[in-house]
Amino acid sequence: MAAKTPSPEVVGQVDHHPPRKGWMDTKPEFKPGNYLYAAQPQNLEGVGLANPRTWNPLDDDWQLPADWKGTVREGIAERLQRYRSFKLFMDICVRCGACADKCHFFIGSGDPKNMPVLRAELLRSVYRGELKTAGKILGKMAGGRKLTEDVIKEWFYYFFQCTECRRCSVFCPYGIDTAEITIMARELLNLLGCNIDWIAGPVNNCFHNGNHLGLQPHTFKENVEYLLDDIEEYVGVKIEPTFNRKGAEILFITPSGDVFAEPGIFTFMGYLMLFEHIGLDYTWSTYASEGGNFGFFTSHEMMKRLNAKMYHEAKRLGVKWILGGECGHMWRVVHQYMDTMNGPADFLEMPINPVTGTVFNNASATKMVHITEFTADLIKNDKLNLDPSQNDHLTVTFHDSCNTSRGMGLLEEPRYVMNKVCNNFVDMAPQVTRENTFCCGSGSGLNAGEYLEMRMRGGLPRANGVKRVHEDKGANMLACVCAIDRAVLTPLMEYWVPDVDCCGVSELVGNALVMEGQGEREYNLRGEENPSYVPPPEPEEPEGEGEAEAGEEGAE
Amino acid sequence: MIGFLFSAVAVLILCGIAVAGVWALDLKVLFGVIIPYAAIITFFAGLVYRVLDWARSPVPFAIPTTCGQEKSLSWIKPNKVDNPTTSGWVILRMAFEVLTFRSLFRNMKLDYREGPKIRYSSEKFLWLFAIMFHYAFLVVLIRHARFFLEPIPGALVVLEHLDGFMEVNLPFLGLGLPAMQLSGLLLLGGVSLLLLRRIVIPQVRYITLASDWFPLFLIIGIALTGALTRYVVRVDVVSIKEMAMGLATFHPVVPDGISVWFYVHLFLVCVLFAYFPFSKLMHLGGVFLSPTRNLPNNTRERRHINPWNYPVKTHDYHEYEDDFREKMIEAGLPVEKEMSEPEPEAPVAEGAEEEDK
Amino acid sequence: MKLYNGPIIIVGLVIFLAIFLLPFYISGGKTAAVPKPELPKKSVATECVMPTEYMRTSHMQLLNVWRDMVVRDGDRIFINEKGKHFNMSLTNTCLSCHDSKAKFCDSCHDYLAVAPVCWECHLVPKEKK
Repeated sequence: MAAKTPSPEVVGQVDHHPPRKGWMDTKPEFKPGNYLYAAQPQNLEGVGLANPRTWNPLDDDWQLPADWKGTVREGIAERLQRYRSFKLFMDICVRCGACADKCHFFIGSGDPKNMPVLRAELLRSVYRGELKTAGKILGKMAGGRKLTEDVIKEWFYYFFQCTECRRCSVFCPYGIDTAEITIMARELLNLLGCNIDWIAGPVNNCFHNGNHLGLQPHTFKENVEYLLDDIEEYVGVKIEPTFNRKGAEILFITPSGDVFAEPGIFTFMGYLMLFEHIGLDYTWSTYASEGGNFGFFTSHEMMKRLNAKMYHEAKRLGVKWILGGECGHMWRVVHQYMDTMNGPADFLEMPINPVTGTVFNNASATKMVHITEFTADLIKNDKLNLDPSQNDHLTVTFHDSCNTSRGMGLLEEPRYVMNKVCNNFVDMAPQVTRENTFCCGSGSGLNAGEYLEMRMRGGLPRANGVKRVHEDKGANMLACVCAIDRAVLTPLMEYWVPDVDCCGVSELVGNALVMEGQGEREYNLRGEENPSYVPPPEPEEPEGEGEAEAGEEGAE
Repeated sequence: MIGFLFSAVAVLILCGIAVAGVWALDLKVLFGVIIPYAAIITFFAGLVYRVLDWARSPVPFAIPTTCGQEKSLSWIKPNKVDNPTTSGWVILRMAFEVLTFRSLFRNMKLDYREGPKIRYSSEKFLWLFAIMFHYAFLVVLIRHARFFLEPIPGALVVLEHLDGFMEVNLPFLGLGLPAMQLSGLLLLGGVSLLLLRRIVIPQVRYITLASDWFPLFLIIGIALTGALTRYVVRVDVVSIKEMAMGLATFHPVVPDGISVWFYVHLFLVCVLFAYFPFSKLMHLGGVFLSPTRNLPNNTRERRHINPWNYPVKTHDYHEYEDDFREKMIEAGLPVEKEMSEPEPEAPVAEGAEEEDK
Repeated sequence: MKLYNGPIIIVGLVIFLAIFLLPFYISGGKTAAVPKPELPKKSVATECVMPTEYMRTSHMQLLNVWRDMVVRDGDRIFINEKGKHFNMSLTNTCLSCHDSKAKFCDSCHDYLAVAPVCWECHLVPKEKK
């Protein structure tokens, strides 16, 4: 059972001084709250991953497969041949320490093995000790060590304590990216069947049911229908989107978490309203009903297997291009991997915004456009009827997602959108935003309940940045463009900065949209009474204006 | 700390080997000709081998670390240096990286206080020491070309004079002439500060391996013996140039009367050269090849090719529809194949399911 | 051996090697002349103020001391190890025997790109033809 998470006062006491004992001589301590549950055998079997078994990280015997050492050695050798990044990053680190205090898990835990350089050394030491001559002979003096079961346990502990956020890579003079190393280490762990269930479960679900949550087609549709009911109730507009419709112009894909849980569902409602507002010819897919890709947290191969759905479905439905919702790692995959893995997307057309006519040249090959690129374009071309005063009770700040910031560069688009749909937007300090942004602490598949203490630790630097802008500038809403963020920043804020709530950018858009034929917007998309709602003046003159026009006035 | 001692002792032993070899055993040809040639061959062959070895591994995915605004909508100003989309801008980004250590310049320091209250302050010392050290080393290296070229090109003469512009006149210490070379001072200063940093900052000390201490001590040894031969022992540079020219012209000679301290200096340099390709010092070549820095962020605009992109087992729509057809029809979702007669369909559907598992 | 991005990497390596190996390329195969500073004729002088070995490596130290003593202290007498007295003067003592800057001083200084500060104050002696 998940342990009770200690109070913020206790967790906030962090000592960043390393112990006297060298790091090769210390072992991680698996304690409730700081490790993740092992993958259930059926979730590995479902997608054909190695060594499915029932096990527990607390066990002494992890039931590794026969000749696991050979498997790891060969696994490393094979990856060195396939990835220059991996080979180079194993060789050229000078241990200057520039990355050391850049990792949110190090800042929040003080554990020296959370310094990116040491995290990488966990693998590098084995690379030297098992594959390099000098390391084999000189051992520790050449920074090498042998592969033991303890090393595997240490890998499991620390490579599932890295969120692949790439912040270290910004500061490294050689651009060494710990995400690359963590990805390789997780691939190696998967060869031994040492995955975590919070990743393996969604992977298996996504593979068979189309989404991480395992929602079957009819359930997915039903969930969307609940949200449509809510929109009808709070906005007064009836929306009837289509599913799996052939011949639609655009296929829209977003993380399935947003159709299921708060506050993601409000973002989802924002999408539905936006598309209705502009009369977009688009469709949802129940088969490609997942934007996220937990395969990315398993192996390159699994990433490809899950990602293949997007193009496969776009081709089957005959759409012109794909629009993608708010999600961090989904966009890392779409932006940097999808076309290489599953392209070329020659069956799709150059993405053109049907409302504004804008050609998205930056997506001319992959043919997938980010929702905030799309929305920013709509607003810039004055195609949305917006009433930003609907968000006046909010002072919004923005959490840059790691993946869209450091693996894409989506920085201004969401800020532009927020500035247009809210009247009060404030940024956090530059040391903690944009390319310097801090991870939510739960990315890359670590957002499991049993991991809460470590997530609160990892999220501390982010929360501290929010706390500052909350105290100095009164921020009370943390917006983001990532489904995992929405799911995890909410408890993170509750823990560290209880007065700040969390939402998606498209939720803010939804609340500001003046829909044709809408009712009184007394309630926001959350069904809460909207403090910014101003009732229209009683129609005193005979030629009283319609409600829609009153809304338009507000927009000006 | 054992790595610290191990490395310091190793460098002292290397000095001892040179002293013993030249002074006691009179192996001047070995230390003056054979070892330098061997070291230089090892350096070049090793370096080329290592770089080509990296080149043997492909870059399957374009994974630049973007440190600024992407190029998207025409009215949003992209950050072309930190998020380049063309080769030209990539070259500029790399030039900044290699010549100015741009990433290191971003460095900031964690300031963790009670509360917790977390702040980040600018921290440029690592950058400063690194710049100091690397550029000083470069200048020192170039300056030494005067021993291998006759006549000495004008540019080198100018460099030599510029480098020695400071007149340090301390006759009581025996210092004063030849002119104090700024580069040497900065080199020794830079490398010492880098060493000090490793000793003083607990986290950095913790991550330091023997293979990090060793090159530092080795370079300190080189700088110190270099200074010694120039300012204190004042070796016979004419003979040394004669020897160096012998190496450069492939007519090696070993003139008499060269101080053993010079041989110690030379031997440490040879060790550095020979050690270079097999160590972290290969960051010299590696920095150019880093896929997070040397690729344009245009992956949605131009397809990056993975040479080993292999087909994988996916779960396609038809398999999915086979799994859920009945439920889909019930929910009013369109399907590719209507439900056929249940009798012949059932076993086929089961078979398909088994295949997945 | 299959290389990826081979051409550009090889070009990079070649540039690196070309720069680094330039001295070997320029000097390789040549025979480099060792400078032979022209010593004063036996009829002019047979010994210097200090032994040759010392003068080879440390003449600049000696000249520096001389300069400071003469200019700052007005002391002009130098007594060497053998007890012999000399007038501390570059022009009148050194250059009286070593009468060609080009054939004596410059031969080694140029060989090693050394730029002594002597001639910033002292006149270069006229060459005797």
